[in-house]
Amino acid sequence: MKILLPYLKKPLVVIGVALSGGWLLVAFLAPILAPYDPLETLQPLARPMATGADGQLFVLGTDMLGRDILSRLIWGARTVVIYSTLATLTAYAFGMLFGLIAGYMGGRIDAALSFAANVVLSFPVLVLYIVIIVLIGASPLNIVIAVTFSSAPAIFRIVRGITMDVASRDYVAAAITQGESTWRILLVDILPNTTGPLAVDFCLRLGYTAITIGTLGFLGLGLPPPTPDWGGMVNEGRAMAIAFPHLVIFPCIAISSLTLGLSLLADGLREVNEAKERQA
Amino acid sequence: MTLGSFLLRKTAVAILTMLTVSFLIFLAFEVNVADVAVKVLGQYSTPDQRTAWLAENGYYDPFVIRYLRWLGGFVTGDWGLSTFFRVPITSIVFPRLGASALLAGGALLVIVVFGLGLGILAGMRAGSLLDRVISVFSVITTSIPDFASAVFLSGIFVFWLGLLPGASTMISGFSLRELILPVLVLGLYSMGYLARITRASMVEVMGTHYIRTARLKGANPARIVLRHAMRNALITPVTVIMLQLPWLLSGVIVIEVFYAYKGFGSLLYDAALNQDIYLVEACAMVSVLVVVLSQILSDLIYGWLNPRISLGAKA
Repeated sequence: MKILLPYLKKPLVVIGVALSGGWLLVAFLAPILAPYDPLETLQPLARPMATGADGQLFVLGTDMLGRDILSRLIWGARTVVIYSTLATLTAYAFGMLFGLIAGYMGGRIDAALSFAANVVLSFPVLVLYIVIIVLIGASPLNIVIAVTFSSAPAIFRIVRGITMDVASRDYVAAAITQGESTWRILLVDILPNTTGPLAVDFCLRLGYTAITIGTLGFLGLGLPPPTPDWGGMVNEGRAMAIAFPHLVIFPCIAISSLTLGLSLLADGLREVNEAKERQA
Repeated sequence: MTLGSFLLRKTAVAILTMLTVSFLIFLAFEVNVADVAVKVLGQYSTPDQRTAWLAENGYYDPFVIRYLRWLGGFVTGDWGLSTFFRVPITSIVFPRLGASALLAGGALLVIVVFGLGLGILAGMRAGSLLDRVISVFSVITTSIPDFASAVFLSGIFVFWLGLLPGASTMISGFSLRELILPVLVLGLYSMGYLARITRASMVEVMGTHYIRTARLKGANPARIVLRHAMRNALITPVTVIMLQLPWLLSGVIVIEVFYAYKGFGSLLYDAALNQDIYLVEACAMVSVLVVVLSQILSDLIYGWLNPRISLGAKA
């Protein structure tokens, strides 16, 4: 609790925690919270707060296929939380592995890995996603692959930089003299020292990934229907948005509040990190 | 390092990057010849038609030969035919690129004005109320996905206030009114980063000795900021502006699809949806080229603005 105290003194961090934590909770409790089945056809294009023929209440209305929007938003939270986290974690696994190796080994290995990272980073992100999705098709696994492919190089760069810095410290030299194996040095001596800056980046990247999954959904290149997916809901409702704004407004509010929450969280973490450094 | 040798080295790296990218793109899209035939001739073509077409177009030559031929064609401006639009690719890519440059240029203007302006205002007095308000504003605009802010802003300006058109098709000729919303959404989304960099740089400069001296001398605060602080504070932000181009290229896709704007982004999107592989290849190459060129430009601007740094020196 004492560690958490400085974080909670900042109102923006509290909002960030509330927004991102709130959506996490919604994702967990989706089956309990959702009033209806997100895939079931109930009554097409009901307005928000309308009552259905069987007396159901549609708090946020229904879409053109008659599915309850609130239920789809709630289940959509699960979709975005699961795939953003999975994709970000996978990207981290690859980015950190190669970053540690490049930063510690240096020389030709570093030069080759850095060049590869630069090649990937020379694509505008969305162009890279579109190219990958055109090649391998839109599916949950392929979205994770696309995000990993485009995020890992950026993570690689950060980890490589920190590793180069940490590797020059005395305790790493001591570990080498003790004859510790390279893997042990990488994982036990260097890796734990990279976590501070990475925590901030992780929150930000989780937000970017959520934006990416939303954007791919909006472009119709995301998770295949009928998966409840916020970006996909905006895409499906766009054609009728003039007459039925509720089709697009609510999914947009949902994704914006999640990504804003993650940004605020990252900002708060960074400020507290910086304050700690100044004290030390 | 002299400017000439710096440029030479950067260009060499850029060419190497482009070669690698071109090879990867070609490998990804055209290594499987049978796939190419299906995508170009359509699913309902007969196997005989496909083999005849493949033979006619030299697809049974070795991969490396095909790659070199493709690369040669690309360099000399022969980009092939778009299977979806049924016209030479160069004849659509360049006009569309121009249209997107207009959109991105407008957005860049928004980014520069808002990003630098808000960053300087916030950094002048770090920790003030104005600083905090600006910080929150830029976090909000950057965190909201561009398609969502397009929905929100269109909701306000198109449906509620009825001030602006909701699409930007430019069907009846060029219209500045149709450009406002796309430019604004694109610019707002990307300006937060620049505002943050500018603020940090401003805060740093405002804490230096020469600014304190100017203050102690009793110089006018506006003069301090405009004459003394800004010059040094803007070096990094101006460099960063060029690096926004790759982001703008991503944003352009979403915004152009949203507002039905006929630009490079919607071209790539249409190409992708219709499996027009030659067009996707060309668009991907062009986008990477834009990114690579913007990086060189950004390095050059940095060296030009900051004569203390020798070009290409390591930190």
